[in-house]
This record gives sequence, C-alpha cells and structure tokens, in this order.
Amino acid sequence: MRKKEWKVIVTFQSTTHAMALDKIFKEQGLSGRLIPVPRQITAGCGLAWCSPLDAKASVLDGINQHELHYEKIVELEI
Amino acid sequence: MIYFDNAATSLHKPASVAQAVYNAINTLGNSGRGAHGPALEAARTAYETREALAQLFGVEDCTRIAFTSNATESLNAAIKGLIKSGDHVITTQLEHNSVLRPLFELENKGVELTIVDSDSSGVISLSDVERSIQNHTRAIICTHGSNVTGNVLDIESIGQICQKHSLLFILDAAQTAGVFPIHVEKQKIDVLCFSGHKGLLGPQGTGGLYVKEGLSLTPLITGGSGIDTFNKNHPAVMPEALEGGTLNIHGIAGLLAGLKYIHRMGTDTIRRKEQDLAWEFYRGVRNIPGVEIYGDFSTPNRCGIVSLNIKDYDSAIVSDLLANEYMIHTRAGGHCAPLMHQALGTQGRGLVRFSFSHFNTMEEITYGIQAVREIAARFGGGK
Repeated sequence: MRKKEWKVIVTFQSTTHAMALDKIFKEQGLSGRLIPVPRQITAGCGLAWCSPLDAKASVLDGINQHELHYEKIVELEI
Repeated sequence: MIYFDNAATSLHKPASVAQAVYNAINTLGNSGRGAHGPALEAARTAYETREALAQLFGVEDCTRIAFTSNATESLNAAIKGLIKSGDHVITTQLEHNSVLRPLFELENKGVELTIVDSDSSGVISLSDVERSIQNHTRAIICTHGSNVTGNVLDIESIGQICQKHSLLFILDAAQTAGVFPIHVEKQKIDVLCFSGHKGLLGPQGTGGLYVKEGLSLTPLITGGSGIDTFNKNHPAVMPEALEGGTLNIHGIAGLLAGLKYIHRMGTDTIRRKEQDLAWEFYRGVRNIPGVEIYGDFSTPNRCGIVSLNIKDYDSAIVSDLLANEYMIHTRAGGHCAPLMHQALGTQGRGLVRFSFSHFNTMEEITYGIQAVREIAARFGGGK
C-alpha cells in the first residue's frame, strides 16, 4: 500500500494560471509538479500544484513575489 | 511560382513553423485536459504562445488572450459578445465582411449602425468618425489596415477618440498583426482581433483575441473547458471563457514558431522589407498605360498591398492570366469587402490585388511589373 505524505497543494481557477505557476516554479527549481486535483479538494481547474510540505514557504514566497493567480492553498495528506 | 496573395494568407513561412506542427502532432495531448505529460506539454505550448502574443501586443496579463480559429471568429466573439440591442456602433466603409456581417446581423436585432464613408482613395476622416458619436454609442469597430487598398488607419487617434468619449475600441488587426506596431495600452485598444495565418506566419485555423481586463464577453460557444466541470454554466474566467472545446494546439504550436521568428526578426524589419517591395512594385506599374491603381499612396505608412485594374477588363481575367501564363498568384474580385469596392467604384469588376511578404524578392517584383506591362500592352494600353 502506498504511504501517504503531507503535501502543500495549490489549486487554480484556470489552466492558464496553473501554467504560469508551473513555468515560474520550474525556472526556480522548486520541488513539486502539477497533478490532477485530489478528490478531497473542490477546484475550478483540474490541475493542481503539489509540493512537499517542507517547501510551503518557498511556494508562498514564489506566489507572492510573482503575483501568481491561485484559487486555494491547502495542506493535504495524499 | 510567385506568390503575391499574402493578404489572404502567408504561404512562405519560416521552416520552423511546419516543423513545430509536425512535432506537435506527434507529441502533444489535449491542453487543459489532464495532468499527464502530453496534456501538460500541450498546455505549456498554449501558455508560451499566449506569452509571445502578449509580448508582441503590449499585453500585461497573457490570460486576457484567447485562441480562436481565425480573425472572423474573433470579431464575431467580440461584436456579438459585447454589443446589445439599443447600442449604437460606428464602423467604416473599409471593413471586411467579418466586421460588417456580424454588425448587419445585429442591426436586425436593434443595434444602430453608422458606417463612416471613405473617399475614392479609401481614406476616412477622423472628424467624421468623432462627429458620428451619439449618446448611446457603445463602440468604434474598425480595421487597422484595409485588405483591399492597403491603407492604414490612425489607430492611435481612434483609440484617443474612444477614450475621450468612453467608447469601446474593437480593432480588426487581421492585415497588420506581426507587421505593424500594435500596443493595446498605448493605442487604447479594448479588444484586439487577429488571425494567426497571415502576418503572424502560423498555420490556417489559428487566430485569437485580446480582451481588456474588466471586460466580459458573452461567449459564442459554450461547452468543454477543462475546468469547473460540475458547473452548469460555462466558466467566466479568461481565457477559458472564450475557448469552448479543444484548442487547435497543433496549429498553435506552429503559430508559436511564427511568433518566435517575428520576435527574432522584429516587426520593423519585416514591415520595411514588405513596404520596400510594395513601393518598388507601385513605382514600376503606376505609369503603365491602361493601369489604374487604387488606394492612398500619399503616405509611406501602408500595408504591402498594391491593387490595380487594367483598362476596363474584369479583374478575374487579369488575375487568371497572371496565374496561368506567368505563374504569379494574385487575388481578383471583391475581397470580402463590399463597401470598400463601392467607394472605389470597382464593385462590378473587382480589382487585382498584389499583396507582398517580406519573403518575396526584388526579382519577383521586377518579373511582376514586366507581367503587368505585357498584359496591359496586349490589352491595347491607353486609358
């Protein structure tokens, strides 16, 4: 059975917002990737950014610094 | 073969465009539909193309740019999505049917329309435009460059008129995007409609529109959006609001390659080369006996278009001779711009349009001039 881990999940209203964040975070080398939105979360866009929980500060910094659009930021064990 | 029909579609594209389409067909999934590799690569391609378009048009937020199939779809989306019964709209005699027909359709549904006349050279007066404004005027909708004469409108001044009177400015940039400087902030453009397959050098089936922040269009098409699946209504968030259904990502990948080429070359370089070719052609044909040229050549700021007739011959005969005896491909007829032809007095026989690309050469221009000279001589010369 797959072991669950705590993650920080960012959801979006639009695929384009997800792509904007994906591009910036990839350029920054931030740990994480786009995943299908986990069923525990209701979100507009079917894509969510998923990073290990210990990267949460970097995720928040990146979002603020680049004024990235997002819908929700949640911590989730998946 | 010499291709002088670039106002219809650009035929000579950078080699990278076809290669990008080929690569995309073999590698990309459906943008916004899924988080697997091919779907994400498609979404990244769409995003990168929005960014390249935003850079070209001075758009700060690339999510305000939606893809369509062509400029006609963009103009329909803008016109039908913003103009309501009771509104008054101002347009010009220069327009293509992609502007006129949606407006005539709305006119039957209670929209009032003013069409600003041009003179016999295809020039409109901006004071006529401003004088047409009424209390219930909602928008000025016009072309940036005439697809018939190549005349270019002063969109900076039209944008200022719109701002002064709190009107929407909807611009048809089908003939100018990728060639002329367009900056939505500086020129105060609220909605910019463009095709991808002309000056932007992408494949046919690509186009788009920019919609200013704060403006909301009723979408032409609703349905699959990749987001907000369980909502009964189509999402209002841009760009998905205006992108119902699967994107033409293979075409968009080609458009991106075209945009990268344009960014490398620079629109100034491309425009100057096109204009040099067009002016060389104009100087070569203008004094040939029997040749009549249409449009305003009193200004150097023109699209790379020279339109003409020879004596009183049908433009279709001349264009067909050019194609079959000289392998020079031009466009005869009405060019989907009926009111422009009325102003020019060419609604009967149309005119022969030569429209140039920066990929054309001076040798091709020289050959084209010689062909016109020979056909005019064969037709007897003289007016």
